[in-house]
Amino acid sequence: MTALLSVCDLEVNIGTVCVAAGLGFDLQAGQRLAILGRNGTGKTTLLSTLAGLREPEAGTISLCGGEYAALGARRAAQLRGLLPQGHLDAFQSTVLETALIGRHPHLGRWAWEGREDARLAREALAAVDLAGFSAREVHTLSGGERQRLAIAALLAQQPRLYLLDEPLAHLDLNHQIAVLELFSRRAREDGVGIVMVLHDINLALRHADRALLLFGEGRTLEGPAEAVLTVETLSRLYGHPLREMRDGERRYFVPD
Amino acid sequence: MPTRRRALLVILLLALLGLASLVIALAAGSLPVSAVDIGRALLGDTTDVAAEVVRSLRLPRALAAFACGALLALAGALMQVLLRNPLADPYVLGISGGASVGALGAMLLGLPALLVHGGAFSGALAATLLVFGLARGEGSWTQTRLLLTGVIVAAGCGAVVALILSIAPENKLRGMLFWLMGDLSHAASPAPALLMLALGLLAALPFSRDLNLLARGDLTARALGVPVARLRGGVYVLAAMATAVAVTTTGAVGFVGLVVPHLVRLAIGNDQRVLLPAAALAGGVLLTLADTLARTIVAPQQLPVGVLTALIGVPVFLYLLTRSPRGGAS
Repeated sequence: MTALLSVCDLEVNIGTVCVAAGLGFDLQAGQRLAILGRNGTGKTTLLSTLAGLREPEAGTISLCGGEYAALGARRAAQLRGLLPQGHLDAFQSTVLETALIGRHPHLGRWAWEGREDARLAREALAAVDLAGFSAREVHTLSGGERQRLAIAALLAQQPRLYLLDEPLAHLDLNHQIAVLELFSRRAREDGVGIVMVLHDINLALRHADRALLLFGEGRTLEGPAEAVLTVETLSRLYGHPLREMRDGERRYFVPD
Repeated sequence: MPTRRRALLVILLLALLGLASLVIALAAGSLPVSAVDIGRALLGDTTDVAAEVVRSLRLPRALAAFACGALLALAGALMQVLLRNPLADPYVLGISGGASVGALGAMLLGLPALLVHGGAFSGALAATLLVFGLARGEGSWTQTRLLLTGVIVAAGCGAVVALILSIAPENKLRGMLFWLMGDLSHAASPAPALLMLALGLLAALPFSRDLNLLARGDLTARALGVPVARLRGGVYVLAAMATAVAVTTTGAVGFVGLVVPHLVRLAIGNDQRVLLPAAALAGGVLLTLADTLARTIVAPQQLPVGVLTALIGVPVFLYLLTRSPRGGAS
């Protein structure tokens, strides 16, 4: 079976700073990968490289068996979706219109959004707890509601691979859990792949199958979340000592 | 929920308004002509004075006004998406400044009308290329860099215009001032503007859903499969060409390009698939009516049409800005 995302010998630099060198991993259908690292280590840059929006310095990235150059921008947008950090709303727009942008790669040049697209967009809004918000102006939303709207647009896009840059930003505790459970359910039931930049180690431990740590200067560590997330690696990652607590089977990390 | 039916309805309604504005422009003046006589004159089965006035004086002028108003509104709507700034207008990148220097320079040298138009067009293109080249710099041109470069080039052109005005002989000043304010009494033939309008709409409409995404940010647009770099280049060239042709035909008419896209956006939303054609039609209507007023309210004296569009445009814009905070920059 072809991996959803296959990364081979990847090198990513920002200017003279090396984000990753010789990075290689496969993400299978239904798997969730958490990317962790300090501020400024290049998590966002790596994510946009994985999304095919930025050329890597070296190495190859295959999405469902095809490289981005061969897929083309439109086909790529049908297969993978990106949740960017922060959202620009220079002009007025309703919540439903904003959710509908996810349908763009599935529509022909002259086609308009139809009933089916509207149904998908409304379903996506309901999935992030914005069911009654369709007619609201995006400018009237709170930061957390705006973030959930961006997630709804991504769900309406129906990609095979979700690339999420800090999906929990601005979200309150219950919505943080709800969003992670939503993506976990999609991974389990629909076999989509999830790559997400997270800052919460404990949520990563619970909601990711694999973890990728960016230590800076190109050093990376990728593997099963249970094995990769240890007191030793995490203390090194954040440059701050951590302590592990146990509650039955569950492990928790707290700063010392 | 955007639908094609609603879009067609809006466009049909505005097209009817456009037709009405053209009829008013053909009918009004020191020699009033009835609608029936306008029809006869256009069909060419009479040769009386009224028919001649309609055919050779009013029709070219009304068409020039309509086409240029439409071009400016279209260019304004495109610039607002390109710069992702609701306060952008077609002149923000120095195009009218360049055109003014070219046109006034030609007037100062006493060149014939055709070369004045040529000067305006070359000036507009020169300013466009200058801004584009400078803003491109190391390859990544952000909105801020583009906007700043445009504003600075426009300021430079303004200084040159002031210089030309201060050394120009008295007898040329009036013509120059009218050109700067926008004036249709010396308008060039409407054909280039009409052609540019048709080309502009044909080029922009297939990409209007892509433009919707561009307005929401480069990263969002690229992640959804929009070829952002190519699209932005195309939009820039198109908006610059539309503005250059409009300014060459009528001079620097103000406020149509800023106010009309806003009015339309407030009325029907920011879906470029409707906004672009609707703004073009509404811009055409506004400039046609403004020009009809400009040549009739103090007849036989003529006012520069740019004064009227600004006099209508400024209060409308301020009203919209105070009434709806989300219409402005946010």
